[in-house]
Amino acid sequence: MPMKYTVVVMGAPEGSQSSRTALAFCHALVDQNHTLERIFFYADGVHNASMLVTPPQDEQNLPADWSNFIQQYDVDAVVCIAAALRRGIMDTDEQSRYQKSAANLSAAFSLSGLGQLIAATASSDRTITFGA
Amino acid sequence: MSTLHTVNKSPFQDNSLASCLQLCSVGDSVLLIEDGAYGASQSSPCAKELISLLNEGTRIYVLENDVRARGLQLLLDGIELTDYQGFVQLSSTHRCIQSWY
Repeated sequence: MPMKYTVVVMGAPEGSQSSRTALAFCHALVDQNHTLERIFFYADGVHNASMLVTPPQDEQNLPADWSNFIQQYDVDAVVCIAAALRRGIMDTDEQSRYQKSAANLSAAFSLSGLGQLIAATASSDRTITFGA
Repeated sequence: MSTLHTVNKSPFQDNSLASCLQLCSVGDSVLLIEDGAYGASQSSPCAKELISLLNEGTRIYVLENDVRARGLQLLLDGIELTDYQGFVQLSSTHRCIQSWY
């Protein structure tokens, strides 16, 4: 029976395996016709939303793979705004608010608050956290 | 209410598997992922606890990709190999998922 899932990603693309595990899990979810209510990027997981991450060309680019997945399946991908700003991840609104010289949030993601995690959890059948 | 416990830390460096096994209830299942796969080896520091849970009927799984990536060969008898598709099935057949990390 298809279910609604909320997935929480807490690992950065480098340094732990958890972001990669989370993405593989999400691919398997859609393979089995489950619905992704929302993917919530929290703590160091916010680094997956940076458009500036540039690994060597013969290595997997996890942030790019996340962006492609989110756009291909039209998933709501929310990045915790407090976790993002303190790690230097921001969109153009925050760039002008804080008068920074650049913004780096990939177009597939949006910044919002923890309330979006609570709301998604409340309307999902399952919530799974991929901790770093 | 059945719970799927996922553990992603090696029991050689972290207490999360030991804590998880202490709190694991009847009807729960455990899935070892990432460095948690080391917990499935015959030399696992939690081998005794895992064997007693297996004898009580608790299902213990490990992600085959993570076992192979680490070159683990001798796993405890009764631990089942699964893949990401199996991971999703486990997450849907248990009422909730507790991640230990």
